[in-house]
Amino acid sequence: MATPSASGRRIGKVMAQVAMVMNLDKCIGCHTCSVTCKQAWTNRSGMEYVWFNNVETRPGQGYPRRYEDQEKWEGGWVRTPGGKLKLKAGGRLKKLATIFANPKMPAIQDYYEPWTYDYENLIKAPLSDDMPVARPRSLISGEPMNVTWSANWDDDLGGGEELGRQDPIVQKLGEQVRFSFEETFMFYLPRICEHCLNPSCVASCPSGAMYKRAEDGIVLVDQDKCRGWRMCVTGCPYKKVYFNHKTGKAEKCTLCYPRIEVGMPTVCSETCVGRLRYLGVILYDVDRVGEAATVEDEHDLYPAQLDVFLDPNDPEVQEAARRDGIPDRWIDSAKRSPVYALAKKYKVALPLHPEYRTMPMVWYIPPLSPVVDTLTKTGHDGEDAGNLFGAIDALRIPVEYLAELFTAGDTAPVDSVLRKLAAMRSYMRRINLGEERDESLAEAVGMSGTDIEDMYRLLAIAKYDERYVIPTAYGVDDADRGVIEEIGCSLDFEGGPGMGGMGGPVPFGEASGRPDAASVETFHALKTRQTSDGRSDLKGRVNLLNWDGNGKPDGLFPPSDNGAAPDEKEKP
Amino acid sequence: MIPMTPTDAGHAVDAVAPTALDHILWGVFPYVVLAVLVGGLVWRYRYDKFGWTTRSSQLYESRLLRIASPMFHFGLLVVIIGHVAGLLIPKSWTEAMGVTEDMYHFMALSLGTVAGVCTLGGIVLLIWRRRTNGPVFSATTVNDKVMYLVLVMAILAGLATTLLSAGADLTGGHGHDYRETVSVWFRSIWILRPDVAAMAASTFAFKLHVMVGLTLFMLFPFTRLVHAFSAPVQYPFRPYVVYRTRDQHPNRSERVVRRGWEG
Repeated sequence: MATPSASGRRIGKVMAQVAMVMNLDKCIGCHTCSVTCKQAWTNRSGMEYVWFNNVETRPGQGYPRRYEDQEKWEGGWVRTPGGKLKLKAGGRLKKLATIFANPKMPAIQDYYEPWTYDYENLIKAPLSDDMPVARPRSLISGEPMNVTWSANWDDDLGGGEELGRQDPIVQKLGEQVRFSFEETFMFYLPRICEHCLNPSCVASCPSGAMYKRAEDGIVLVDQDKCRGWRMCVTGCPYKKVYFNHKTGKAEKCTLCYPRIEVGMPTVCSETCVGRLRYLGVILYDVDRVGEAATVEDEHDLYPAQLDVFLDPNDPEVQEAARRDGIPDRWIDSAKRSPVYALAKKYKVALPLHPEYRTMPMVWYIPPLSPVVDTLTKTGHDGEDAGNLFGAIDALRIPVEYLAELFTAGDTAPVDSVLRKLAAMRSYMRRINLGEERDESLAEAVGMSGTDIEDMYRLLAIAKYDERYVIPTAYGVDDADRGVIEEIGCSLDFEGGPGMGGMGGPVPFGEASGRPDAASVETFHALKTRQTSDGRSDLKGRVNLLNWDGNGKPDGLFPPSDNGAAPDEKEKP
Repeated sequence: MIPMTPTDAGHAVDAVAPTALDHILWGVFPYVVLAVLVGGLVWRYRYDKFGWTTRSSQLYESRLLRIASPMFHFGLLVVIIGHVAGLLIPKSWTEAMGVTEDMYHFMALSLGTVAGVCTLGGIVLLIWRRRTNGPVFSATTVNDKVMYLVLVMAILAGLATTLLSAGADLTGGHGHDYRETVSVWFRSIWILRPDVAAMAASTFAFKLHVMVGLTLFMLFPFTRLVHAFSAPVQYPFRPYVVYRTRDQHPNRSERVVRRGWEG
């Protein structure tokens, strides 16, 4: 069954995974990915606090607060002394024994209590000497509240040392991390679900509602099978499974699978102004995942995961992939995959927290900018290879910090990546200045000049169709015939708007019955808002991002004391 | 089939002929409940898989929940085991196993009291939490409130029967032996020959408990209680990582799309 590959190792079952790489050097922290993702997927009630995509400033606490502190949250896997993998929060029996109250679940305060403002007071307040204000009100309880925390409270090192010191990585590195303006460094870390090869959220789900799709490796929650036991929230060390407190179901980043299926990039990738995201297929040997996730030394987890990835140009790999039912166009796509190139060919992308042993599949190119910034701040040439190499060696703190994020603390791979990026900078500058190509720069980091130029094209030019190489889930012929578009009309579900209905009242509260597809709901909320003169009916949902402060949507505020609905009183 | 006239004078079983009301309550109602329960569950599963959840409020409040919820649920599990033992296992079987009346009685009352008090304490704490915690209260529906009312009544009535028996024991008398009335009636339901007389011979406390219990079962499919039917018993036996293929219709893209004008 298993065929031996060129390296002499037998190739087990081959699976395909749509994976992502983010180039952190290009992230300016604009949060466009977060906002467009939220607008597309999570602008529903019960999901106010949910950010499938968030952008954190590092050093910083992240979202939810201090999620990386696994001694507290117990996410991910641990290796037992016997060499087996075990869920850190406890095995199956412990899960069942603690099912009535999950002992390790973040509270809403660990994310933030979502709120809105009482805008109506601005125009309805009685005449007085004081300017009326729009007071914040909790979207959870409807009561006035003080805003003391939110998703990006420590954005751009806001809160300084006081908040920054609570970053679990900073605490690990100790006093060496400085927060004074002259000495500090900072970069942004956009995060989505990692769509891991060894997902601990899936393993934690008692109902079996969470699964990894066999075709593209996307990790999803079956909304009809989820029973709200909340174990996945604990299981995910990245805290990227959220609990919808209105429907009582878990929801998570779907890697925009309806878009991926037809060959489009995810919303966060598509709208990224820095063009820093890459999407592509990785072929991997699923039989070796368990072994790779169980290696003893945490520093070996990154190379072990790289080993699990298969070379799509290897004829034996292609043969094995065909044997395991992977379509040819997926194999072709894998050959052109920017993710494979950045992770395995150039080895400049690194996994986020491999020590959680989940084999994450959203990888990062660590930023060289903290090093360059320091160089230029001190009056040195930030593009000179000698300066850069020296600075990478000298600036241990950013490197150690990056290593804690991406390589379980091993600085060697981070060093190597930063050197490659530095070499690329210097090598390309010579070309830009019309000087001769300096092959020694490339050789110093174990690359060739051609490699450097290819990598430069991928990283700096970053053409749309080179960044996103996504095979469709359906046949190419189907796409040509337009079949995909026809089955893709998301309004035509039973009882849906495309079938002439908007769904009536439901007997068990708003969460019951067949749910509207999220995109349908958003579509209608937007359409009503844009086309009606009066107050739009948001179907009892509070859609903050669509709400312009006009009127009081049901459920946003508690009913007034005299019993009359606010809207009725106000009618002329 | 059952002792209509108890020979043991110590038993306070009144042998009276079942009235029409008895027939409705203990002969007809159980089957109505059964039909509603089974039919309701099937209907809910087909119509409302999405709404089939615990509707956990742990995200809002977890300090109280962490104590109250396990207390209630584990108490309830013991109570359920107690009910199964008491209702399903005939008295003659336990006696054949050498368990005397007194041993059984002591076991049932002590364990039942502890578990019942845990359950009641748990639910009282949970309801108190639900009422006093703003976010949790605003996530409470009328449906929930009705369900809590019936649930608490069922627990109270059940605990009352236990405490009455225990009280009778302590004062030297004998409590009502439900294993000769309620249990006999309960088993007779399943062979479609409801022994109305047996149930009619029970005491008021037991009748009340059974009535409320039946009502609770009728509410089951239509409230959040349904989550009990999705207890994840299969979890220990499946592989950790679940893989699923994209959809059940691999040739979906080839399916002929019916045009709007084709009716």
